[in-house]
Amino acid sequence: MNETEPEGVVLTEEQKRRRRARSIAIGLALGALVLLFYVVTIVKLGPGVLNRPL
Amino acid sequence: MSLISETEKLTTTAPEPSMATVGDYLALLKPRVMSLVVFTALVGLVIAPGQMHPVLAFTALLCIAVGAGAAGALNMWYDADIDALMQRTADRPIPAGRVTGGEALAFGITLSVGSVVVLGLFTNLLAAALLAFTIFFYAVVYTMWLKRSTSQNIVIGGAAGAFPPVVGWAAKTGGLDLDPVLLFLIIFFWTPPHFWALALFRAQEYARAGVPMLPVTAGEATTRTQILLYTILLAPLGVTPWLFGSAGPFYGAVSIAGGLMMLGFALRVWRPGPAEAASHAAGKRLFGFSILYLFVLFAALLCEQGLRGLGWMA
Repeated sequence: MNETEPEGVVLTEEQKRRRRARSIAIGLALGALVLLFYVVTIVKLGPGVLNRPL
Repeated sequence: MSLISETEKLTTTAPEPSMATVGDYLALLKPRVMSLVVFTALVGLVIAPGQMHPVLAFTALLCIAVGAGAAGALNMWYDADIDALMQRTADRPIPAGRVTGGEALAFGITLSVGSVVVLGLFTNLLAAALLAFTIFFYAVVYTMWLKRSTSQNIVIGGAAGAFPPVVGWAAKTGGLDLDPVLLFLIIFFWTPPHFWALALFRAQEYARAGVPMLPVTAGEATTRTQILLYTILLAPLGVTPWLFGSAGPFYGAVSIAGGLMMLGFALRVWRPGPAEAASHAAGKRLFGFSILYLFVLFAALLCEQGLRGLGWMA
Protein backbone atom coordinates (compact mmCIF):
# COMPACT_ATOMS: atom_id res chain seq x y z
CA MET A 1 0.00 0.00 0.00
CA ASN A 2 2.73 2.41 1.03
CA GLU A 3 4.81 1.59 -2.04
CA THR A 4 2.10 2.81 -4.45
CA GLU A 5 1.33 5.97 -2.49
CA PRO A 6 2.51 9.07 -4.37
CA GLU A 7 5.16 11.10 -2.58
CA GLY A 8 3.48 14.38 -3.45
CA VAL A 9 5.38 17.58 -4.12
CA VAL A 10 8.90 17.53 -2.74
CA LEU A 11 10.48 20.96 -2.46
CA THR A 12 14.13 21.52 -3.28
CA GLU A 13 16.30 23.36 -0.77
CA GLU A 14 16.09 26.52 -2.90
CA GLN A 15 12.30 26.34 -3.07
CA LYS A 16 12.13 25.87 0.71
CA ARG A 17 14.44 28.85 1.24
CA ARG A 18 12.31 31.09 -1.02
CA ARG A 19 9.07 29.93 0.58
CA ARG A 20 10.50 30.73 4.00
CA ALA A 21 11.51 34.22 2.81
CA ARG A 22 7.99 34.83 1.44
CA SER A 23 6.44 33.61 4.69
CA ILE A 24 8.63 35.94 6.74
CA ALA A 25 7.72 38.87 4.46
CA ILE A 26 3.98 38.14 4.83
CA GLY A 27 4.39 37.86 8.61
CA LEU A 28 6.24 41.17 8.80
CA ALA A 29 3.64 42.89 6.59
CA LEU A 30 0.78 41.60 8.75
CA GLY A 31 2.60 42.65 11.92
CA ALA A 32 3.16 46.13 10.49
CA LEU A 33 -0.55 46.34 9.59
CA VAL A 34 -1.58 45.38 13.13
CA LEU A 35 0.71 48.08 14.53
CA LEU A 36 -0.56 50.64 12.01
CA PHE A 37 -4.22 49.89 12.79
CA TYR A 38 -3.49 50.18 16.50
CA VAL A 39 -1.73 53.55 16.15
CA VAL A 40 -4.39 54.94 13.78
CA THR A 41 -7.12 53.88 16.22
CA ILE A 42 -5.40 55.82 19.01
CA VAL A 43 -4.89 58.83 16.71
CA LYS A 44 -8.48 58.91 15.45
CA LEU A 45 -10.14 58.32 18.81
CA GLY A 46 -7.63 60.35 20.82
CA PRO A 47 -8.51 60.55 24.51
CA GLY A 48 -11.88 58.98 23.64
CA VAL A 49 -10.15 55.60 23.44
CA LEU A 50 -10.29 55.50 27.25
CA ASN A 51 -13.91 56.64 27.40
CA ARG A 52 -15.57 53.32 28.20
CA PRO A 53 -18.57 53.66 30.49
CA LEU A 54 -18.76 50.67 32.80
CA MET B 1 -8.11 1.51 -12.47
CA SER B 2 -9.95 4.64 -11.65
CA LEU B 3 -7.68 5.15 -8.63
CA ILE B 4 -4.63 4.96 -10.86
CA SER B 5 -6.00 7.49 -13.33
CA GLU B 6 -6.97 9.80 -10.46
CA THR B 7 -3.44 9.57 -9.11
CA GLU B 8 -1.95 10.23 -12.53
CA LYS B 9 -4.18 13.26 -12.93
CA LEU B 10 -3.13 14.61 -9.58
CA THR B 11 0.56 14.17 -10.21
CA THR B 12 0.52 15.52 -13.75
CA THR B 13 -1.59 18.62 -13.04
CA ALA B 14 0.01 19.60 -9.73
CA PRO B 15 1.40 23.13 -10.09
CA GLU B 16 5.12 23.65 -9.98
CA PRO B 17 6.25 24.86 -6.55
CA SER B 18 6.71 28.60 -6.64
CA MET B 19 10.21 29.96 -7.16
CA ALA B 20 9.10 33.54 -6.53
CA THR B 21 11.26 35.66 -4.25
CA VAL B 22 10.03 38.54 -2.12
CA GLY B 23 11.76 40.80 -4.66
CA ASP B 24 9.59 39.38 -7.46
CA TYR B 25 6.45 40.41 -5.61
CA LEU B 26 7.92 43.86 -4.99
CA ALA B 27 8.75 44.09 -8.71
CA LEU B 28 5.07 43.42 -9.51
CA LEU B 29 4.30 46.71 -7.74
CA LYS B 30 6.43 48.67 -10.26
CA PRO B 31 8.42 50.50 -7.56
CA ARG B 32 9.82 53.16 -9.92
CA VAL B 33 6.35 54.22 -11.07
CA MET B 34 5.22 53.99 -7.45
CA SER B 35 7.92 56.44 -6.32
CA LEU B 36 6.59 59.15 -8.67
CA VAL B 37 3.02 58.37 -7.58
CA VAL B 38 3.96 58.70 -3.90
CA PHE B 39 5.81 61.94 -4.53
CA THR B 40 3.00 63.62 -6.49
CA ALA B 41 0.39 62.38 -3.98
CA LEU B 42 2.54 63.74 -1.14
CA VAL B 43 2.61 67.16 -2.82
CA GLY B 44 -1.17 67.10 -3.34
CA LEU B 45 -1.62 66.24 0.32
CA VAL B 46 0.89 68.77 1.67
CA ILE B 47 -0.35 71.79 -0.32
CA ALA B 48 -4.00 71.09 0.52
CA PRO B 49 -5.41 73.45 3.16
CA GLY B 50 -6.11 72.29 6.70
CA GLN B 51 -4.40 69.98 9.16
CA MET B 52 -3.84 66.24 9.07
CA HIS B 53 -2.22 64.07 11.70
CA PRO B 54 1.14 62.79 10.40
CA VAL B 55 0.13 59.17 11.09
CA LEU B 56 -3.03 59.59 9.01
CA ALA B 57 -1.09 61.37 6.26
CA PHE B 58 1.45 58.51 6.23
CA THR B 59 -1.36 55.95 6.08
CA ALA B 60 -3.07 57.80 3.22
CA LEU B 61 0.19 57.86 1.24
CA LEU B 62 0.78 54.18 2.01
CA CYS B 63 -2.69 53.33 0.67
CA ILE B 64 -2.12 55.39 -2.48
CA ALA B 65 1.28 53.70 -2.98
CA VAL B 66 -0.14 50.21 -2.45
CA GLY B 67 -3.12 50.98 -4.72
CA ALA B 68 -0.77 52.16 -7.46
CA GLY B 69 1.36 49.05 -6.95
CA ALA B 70 -1.72 46.84 -7.15
CA ALA B 71 -2.65 48.45 -10.47
CA GLY B 72 0.90 47.69 -11.64
CA ALA B 73 0.52 44.02 -10.65
CA LEU B 74 -2.78 43.76 -12.53
CA ASN B 75 -1.11 45.40 -15.53
CA MET B 76 1.72 42.85 -15.44
CA TRP B 77 -0.79 40.00 -15.10
CA TYR B 78 -2.71 41.09 -18.19
CA ASP B 79 0.31 42.14 -20.26
CA ALA B 80 2.52 39.09 -19.57
CA ASP B 81 2.19 37.93 -23.19
CA ILE B 82 3.48 41.16 -24.71
CA ASP B 83 5.99 41.76 -21.92
CA ALA B 84 7.65 38.49 -22.96
CA LEU B 85 8.23 39.91 -26.45
CA MET B 86 9.98 43.13 -25.41
CA GLN B 87 13.56 43.30 -24.17
CA ARG B 88 12.71 46.00 -21.60
CA THR B 89 10.03 43.86 -19.95
CA ALA B 90 11.00 40.24 -20.73
CA ASP B 91 12.61 39.75 -17.31
CA ARG B 92 9.51 40.80 -15.37
CA PRO B 93 8.42 38.12 -12.86
CA ILE B 94 5.59 36.59 -14.94
CA PRO B 95 7.21 36.33 -18.39
CA ALA B 96 10.40 35.12 -16.68
CA GLY B 97 8.35 32.30 -15.12
CA ARG B 98 9.03 33.12 -11.47
CA VAL B 99 5.45 34.19 -10.64
CA THR B 100 2.33 32.68 -12.23
CA GLY B 101 -0.39 34.86 -13.74
CA GLY B 102 -2.86 33.63 -11.12
CA GLU B 103 -0.53 34.60 -8.27
CA ALA B 104 -0.06 38.10 -9.71
CA LEU B 105 -3.82 38.50 -10.25
CA ALA B 106 -4.63 37.45 -6.68
CA PHE B 107 -1.87 39.72 -5.35
CA GLY B 108 -3.18 42.69 -7.39
CA ILE B 109 -6.83 42.23 -6.44
CA THR B 110 -6.05 41.73 -2.74
CA LEU B 111 -3.91 44.87 -2.56
CA SER B 112 -6.45 46.89 -4.61
CA VAL B 113 -9.33 46.05 -2.30
CA GLY B 114 -7.19 46.42 0.83
CA SER B 115 -5.78 49.83 -0.11
CA VAL B 116 -9.17 51.28 -1.10
CA VAL B 117 -10.97 49.98 2.02
CA VAL B 118 -8.26 51.18 4.41
CA LEU B 119 -8.08 54.61 2.73
CA GLY B 120 -11.88 54.90 2.99
CA LEU B 121 -11.94 53.89 6.65
CA PHE B 122 -9.02 56.06 7.73
CA THR B 123 -9.62 59.20 5.63
CA ASN B 124 -12.83 59.64 3.62
CA LEU B 125 -15.00 58.05 0.96
CA LEU B 126 -14.11 60.55 -1.78
CA ALA B 127 -10.41 59.69 -1.54
CA ALA B 128 -11.21 55.97 -1.53
CA ALA B 129 -13.51 56.33 -4.55
CA LEU B 130 -10.86 58.29 -6.45
CA LEU B 131 -8.22 55.65 -5.64
CA ALA B 132 -10.57 52.86 -6.75
CA PHE B 133 -11.27 54.73 -9.99
CA THR B 134 -7.54 55.26 -10.57
CA ILE B 135 -6.83 51.53 -10.19
CA PHE B 136 -9.80 50.67 -12.44
CA PHE B 137 -8.72 53.21 -15.04
CA TYR B 138 -5.14 51.91 -15.20
CA ALA B 139 -5.88 48.19 -15.00
CA VAL B 140 -9.05 48.00 -17.09
CA VAL B 141 -9.46 51.13 -19.25
CA TYR B 142 -5.76 51.55 -20.12
CA THR B 143 -4.27 48.06 -19.86
CA MET B 144 -7.14 45.88 -21.08
CA TRP B 145 -8.76 48.23 -23.54
CA LEU B 146 -6.74 51.21 -24.82
CA LYS B 147 -3.18 49.88 -24.82
CA ARG B 148 -3.70 47.33 -27.57
CA SER B 149 -6.40 49.13 -29.53
CA THR B 150 -5.42 52.76 -30.16
CA SER B 151 -2.36 54.93 -30.67
CA GLN B 152 -3.98 57.39 -28.24
CA ASN B 153 -3.51 54.75 -25.49
CA ILE B 154 -1.08 56.72 -23.34
CA VAL B 155 -2.87 60.04 -23.93
CA ILE B 156 -6.13 58.84 -22.36
CA GLY B 157 -4.43 56.33 -20.08
CA GLY B 158 -2.27 59.16 -18.74
CA ALA B 159 -5.23 60.14 -16.57
CA ALA B 160 -4.42 57.21 -14.29
CA GLY B 161 -0.98 58.66 -13.56
CA ALA B 162 -2.45 62.12 -13.07
CA PHE B 163 -4.85 61.18 -10.29
CA PRO B 164 -2.48 60.64 -7.29
CA PRO B 165 -2.13 64.34 -6.30
CA VAL B 166 -5.93 64.63 -6.53
CA VAL B 167 -6.30 61.59 -4.24
CA GLY B 168 -3.76 63.09 -1.83
CA TRP B 169 -5.67 66.40 -1.77
CA ALA B 170 -9.02 64.62 -1.27
CA ALA B 171 -7.59 62.46 1.54
CA LYS B 172 -6.75 65.61 3.51
CA THR B 173 -9.69 67.87 2.67
CA GLY B 174 -12.51 65.48 1.79
CA GLY B 175 -13.24 67.66 -1.27
CA LEU B 176 -11.76 68.99 -4.50
CA ASP B 177 -10.64 72.40 -5.75
CA LEU B 178 -8.94 74.09 -8.68
CA ASP B 179 -5.42 73.40 -7.34
CA PRO B 180 -5.51 69.58 -7.62
CA VAL B 181 -7.23 69.87 -11.00
CA LEU B 182 -4.29 71.95 -12.27
CA LEU B 183 -1.84 69.34 -10.95
CA PHE B 184 -3.91 66.67 -12.70
CA LEU B 185 -3.76 68.58 -15.99
CA ILE B 186 0.00 69.12 -15.73
CA ILE B 187 0.67 65.37 -15.36
CA PHE B 188 -1.97 64.55 -17.99
CA PHE B 189 -0.33 66.75 -20.63
CA TRP B 190 3.16 65.74 -19.52
CA THR B 191 2.47 62.05 -20.20
CA PRO B 192 2.33 62.07 -24.05
CA PRO B 193 5.67 63.82 -24.69
CA HIS B 194 7.26 61.70 -21.94
CA PHE B 195 6.08 58.32 -23.25
CA TRP B 196 6.33 59.14 -26.95
CA ALA B 197 9.96 60.21 -26.41
CA LEU B 198 10.50 56.69 -25.02
CA ALA B 199 8.43 55.09 -27.79
CA LEU B 200 10.57 56.79 -30.44
CA PHE B 201 13.60 54.73 -29.49
CA ARG B 202 11.61 51.62 -28.52
CA ALA B 203 9.33 51.61 -31.58
CA GLN B 204 10.67 48.31 -32.96
CA GLU B 205 9.96 46.50 -29.72
CA TYR B 206 6.43 47.89 -29.53
CA ALA B 207 5.85 46.88 -33.17
CA ARG B 208 7.08 43.34 -32.48
CA ALA B 209 4.71 43.06 -29.51
CA GLY B 210 1.82 44.49 -31.56
CA VAL B 211 1.32 47.52 -29.31
CA PRO B 212 0.00 50.40 -31.47
CA MET B 213 2.18 53.15 -30.05
CA LEU B 214 2.12 56.34 -32.12
CA PRO B 215 5.56 55.86 -33.78
CA VAL B 216 4.41 52.39 -34.88
CA THR B 217 1.06 53.43 -36.32
CA ALA B 218 1.67 56.99 -37.52
CA GLY B 219 5.44 57.03 -38.01
CA GLU B 220 8.28 58.97 -36.44
CA ALA B 221 7.58 62.33 -38.11
CA THR B 222 4.01 62.53 -36.81
CA THR B 223 5.17 61.46 -33.33
CA ARG B 224 7.83 64.17 -33.26
CA THR B 225 5.22 66.80 -34.23
CA GLN B 226 2.75 65.50 -31.62
CA ILE B 227 5.48 65.61 -28.95
CA LEU B 228 6.10 69.27 -29.79
CA LEU B 229 2.38 70.14 -29.80
CA TYR B 230 1.76 68.56 -26.41
CA THR B 231 4.86 70.28 -25.01
CA ILE B 232 3.55 73.63 -26.31
CA LEU B 233 0.40 72.95 -24.27
CA LEU B 234 2.32 71.63 -21.27
CA ALA B 235 4.79 74.51 -20.82
CA PRO B 236 2.16 77.24 -20.09
CA LEU B 237 0.01 74.75 -18.20
CA GLY B 238 2.95 74.15 -15.87
CA VAL B 239 2.88 77.84 -14.94
CA THR B 240 -0.86 77.98 -14.15
CA PRO B 241 -0.59 77.12 -10.41
CA TRP B 242 1.37 80.39 -10.05
CA LEU B 243 -0.92 82.36 -12.42
CA PHE B 244 -4.03 81.24 -10.50
CA GLY B 245 -2.45 82.04 -7.14
CA SER B 246 -2.07 78.45 -5.94
CA ALA B 247 1.71 78.75 -5.95
CA GLY B 248 4.22 81.51 -5.28
CA PRO B 249 6.86 83.30 -7.37
CA PHE B 250 9.52 80.64 -6.71
CA TYR B 251 7.30 78.03 -8.36
CA GLY B 252 6.50 80.54 -11.11
CA ALA B 253 10.18 81.03 -11.94
CA VAL B 254 10.95 77.29 -11.80
CA SER B 255 7.97 76.38 -13.98
CA ILE B 256 8.78 79.03 -16.60
CA ALA B 257 12.44 77.95 -16.80
CA GLY B 258 11.52 74.25 -16.83
CA GLY B 259 8.81 74.77 -19.46
CA LEU B 260 11.23 76.64 -21.73
CA MET B 261 13.77 73.85 -21.38
CA MET B 262 11.11 71.23 -22.14
CA LEU B 263 10.23 73.23 -25.26
CA GLY B 264 13.91 73.34 -26.22
CA PHE B 265 14.27 69.57 -25.89
CA ALA B 266 10.99 68.99 -27.77
CA LEU B 267 12.18 71.27 -30.60
CA ARG B 268 15.34 69.16 -30.89
CA VAL B 269 13.16 66.06 -31.14
CA TRP B 270 11.00 67.76 -33.78
CA ARG B 271 13.98 68.84 -35.90
CA PRO B 272 16.86 66.55 -34.96
CA GLY B 273 20.27 66.80 -36.53
CA PRO B 274 21.27 63.99 -38.95
CA ALA B 275 23.25 62.13 -36.28
CA GLU B 276 20.54 62.58 -33.62
CA ALA B 277 17.75 61.22 -35.84
CA ALA B 278 19.56 57.91 -36.26
CA SER B 279 20.58 57.48 -32.62
CA HIS B 280 17.36 58.93 -31.18
CA ALA B 281 19.60 60.97 -28.88
CA ALA B 282 17.13 63.86 -28.80
CA GLY B 283 14.28 61.53 -27.78
CA LYS B 284 16.38 59.98 -25.03
CA ARG B 285 17.34 63.44 -23.73
CA LEU B 286 13.71 64.59 -23.71
CA PHE B 287 12.63 61.39 -21.94
CA GLY B 288 15.24 61.91 -19.23
CA PHE B 289 14.56 65.63 -18.84
CA SER B 290 10.78 65.16 -18.72
CA ILE B 291 11.15 63.11 -15.50
CA LEU B 292 13.35 65.83 -14.00
CA TYR B 293 10.89 68.54 -15.13
CA LEU B 294 7.90 66.96 -13.40
CA PHE B 295 9.93 66.20 -10.28
CA VAL B 296 11.25 69.78 -10.05
CA LEU B 297 7.77 71.33 -10.53
CA PHE B 298 6.30 69.29 -7.69
CA ALA B 299 9.41 69.72 -5.54
CA ALA B 300 9.06 73.51 -5.97
CA LEU B 301 5.49 73.32 -4.66
CA LEU B 302 6.72 71.28 -1.71
CA CYS B 303 9.55 73.76 -0.98
CA GLU B 304 7.16 76.72 -1.04
CA GLN B 305 4.83 74.97 1.36
CA GLY B 306 7.80 74.24 3.64
CA LEU B 307 8.84 77.90 3.55
CA ARG B 308 5.27 78.95 4.39
CA GLY B 309 5.28 76.52 7.30
CA LEU B 310 8.45 78.14 8.61
CA GLY B 311 6.89 81.57 8.19
CA TRP B 312 9.48 82.59 5.60
CA MET B 313 6.90 83.04 2.86
CA ALA B 314 3.43 84.55 2.70
